Amino acid sequence: MSIAAIEVSALTKRYAQVTALDAVDLSIKQGEFFGLLGPNGAGKTTLISIIAGLAHATSGRVKVMGHDVVNDYRSARRSLGVVPQELVFDPFFTVREMLRIQSGYFGLARNEAWIDEVMQNLDLADKAEVNMRALSGGMKRRVLVAQALVHRPPVIVLDEPTAGVDVELRQGLWQFMRRLNRDGHTIVLTTHYLEEAQQMCGRIAMLKAGRVLALEPTHDLLRRISGVLVALRLRGGLPPALREQVIEEDPEHVVLRLPHPREVGAALEACRSFGSEVEELEVGPADLEDVFLQLMAETPERSGP
Amino acid sequence: MNPPIAIAALATPTARAGSAWVGFRTLLYKESLRFWKVSFQTIVAPILTGVLYLLVFGHMLDTRVEPFAGVHYSSFLIPGLVMMSILQNAFANSSSSLIQSKIMGNLVFLLLPPLTALQFFGAYVLASILRGLAVGLGVFAVTIWFAPADIQAPAWIPVFALMGAAMLAVVGLIAGIVSEKFDQLAAFQNFLIIPATFLSGVFYSVHGLPPFWHVFSRVNPFFYIIDGFRYGFFARSDVSPWFSLLVVSLSFCAVSALALTMLRRGYKLRT
Repeated sequence: MSIAAIEVSALTKRYAQVTALDAVDLSIKQGEFFGLLGPNGAGKTTLISIIAGLAHATSGRVKVMGHDVVNDYRSARRSLGVVPQELVFDPFFTVREMLRIQSGYFGLARNEAWIDEVMQNLDLADKAEVNMRALSGGMKRRVLVAQALVHRPPVIVLDEPTAGVDVELRQGLWQFMRRLNRDGHTIVLTTHYLEEAQQMCGRIAMLKAGRVLALEPTHDLLRRISGVLVALRLRGGLPPALREQVIEEDPEHVVLRLPHPREVGAALEACRSFGSEVEELEVGPADLEDVFLQLMAETPERSGP
Repeated sequence: MNPPIAIAALATPTARAGSAWVGFRTLLYKESLRFWKVSFQTIVAPILTGVLYLLVFGHMLDTRVEPFAGVHYSSFLIPGLVMMSILQNAFANSSSSLIQSKIMGNLVFLLLPPLTALQFFGAYVLASILRGLAVGLGVFAVTIWFAPADIQAPAWIPVFALMGAAMLAVVGLIAGIVSEKFDQLAAFQNFLIIPATFLSGVFYSVHGLPPFWHVFSRVNPFFYIIDGFRYGFFARSDVSPWFSLLVVSLSFCAVSALALTMLRRGYKLRT
């Protein structure tokens, strides 16, 4: 079996009073498009920070492409490109200077061809000689992505890359990430947009309060937990037998979650025999948001440390 | 965003080796470019300050004070001012660069790459030495016209200039690491660097001081930097330049060991 792109074992991180990560185990295979989801404060950024060497673990280990992030940090960092969440930049330099410098930090001189290519792909070519200060937020975000790619890392981590980014950039960014993924790069992303994770990620880990609640292929996660959603408009009310399945209700509509598509027929039959007429019907797969909400609700919040 | 374009070979997903020398050289280049791009503020302004000191104090005191027999006060003052400029600017460079990066958040660009503590240290210190020496040279080049010097032991001048710049560059690095806000850094500057400089004999020979301050000077490493540097000009000093060199070298080693330890542990840089 080949080496994992990222291997996290029994990783714990405590800040003075808070346990940010609680014995997290996680293995991300090479070539995966992996999503890291969770509410604010779940520990996503802490996890990424430890993988990137920006934070020290309290205990446990992390390896990137087989390299320990502490003992063999130089090889680990060479294998990793990180797009930080904060929109940071260095006001002294132009885009091209920034990318050349970042490339140099990784020990790569004469990297101009690749820098040009990255800029081209992120639509930065005409901003190459512009000072970082003069760029819009979206453009600064692109530069951050370019900086993360400048040393051609096999593993790319994006921390909330599309927060506050316009639709066009979001589309373009995902297109580029998909291509990098096809070419063999492992991509890990955290996002608040569950729809995005659902579309992009082959596998998903859900974090809450520093623990991994779920770690599965996206389609399994969707299938296992959520079944199908049935939205109904009824004249005559809902049979009491179906009450338990209701996840949303307003005066006009009711939304049921059924464990399996084959139960849709039985539910409709129950309505008919109850004397209700189905005026409108919509059946669809539950989306990640439902899974997410369900998981987050099922696990009781741990009390303080 | 462009549509996918024809690409010969997109990233080969294997980490590339890269050279440690290039990493160091790049950080040195970036740190030097940083102050060079704002050289009016980082080089020209401190030169002007140094010259003003000479004009005011030199003019006022030339006829009243004779620190060494046969040496005019202005001539005596010039090496002090040159060294003070070197020290303050070497300190300012590493400390302000680091604190700015911390506050802007762009320090992350230095923390993500595989730079070692030694590369980080070397680049920051060397860039700060460059700035310190550039300002010192500027102050010297301008002030020397006001009181031409008869340089007695020139070999000592670059030695102490370099050691002084290096030591304060390292102290600045430590201050930048420890500080989290600009006002903390300002406290370093106001309560450590400026008093230590002013009490080190920039403006006077410590022989003229009351006993308490005389003793105090002897535990101030800045005193030895300035005294040794001045020896290069007049071949006269309060203590032997060899002893000064020893003190300055040991001080440099001590602060460097501290700075390197902090960098290796990621103290206040990595959480």
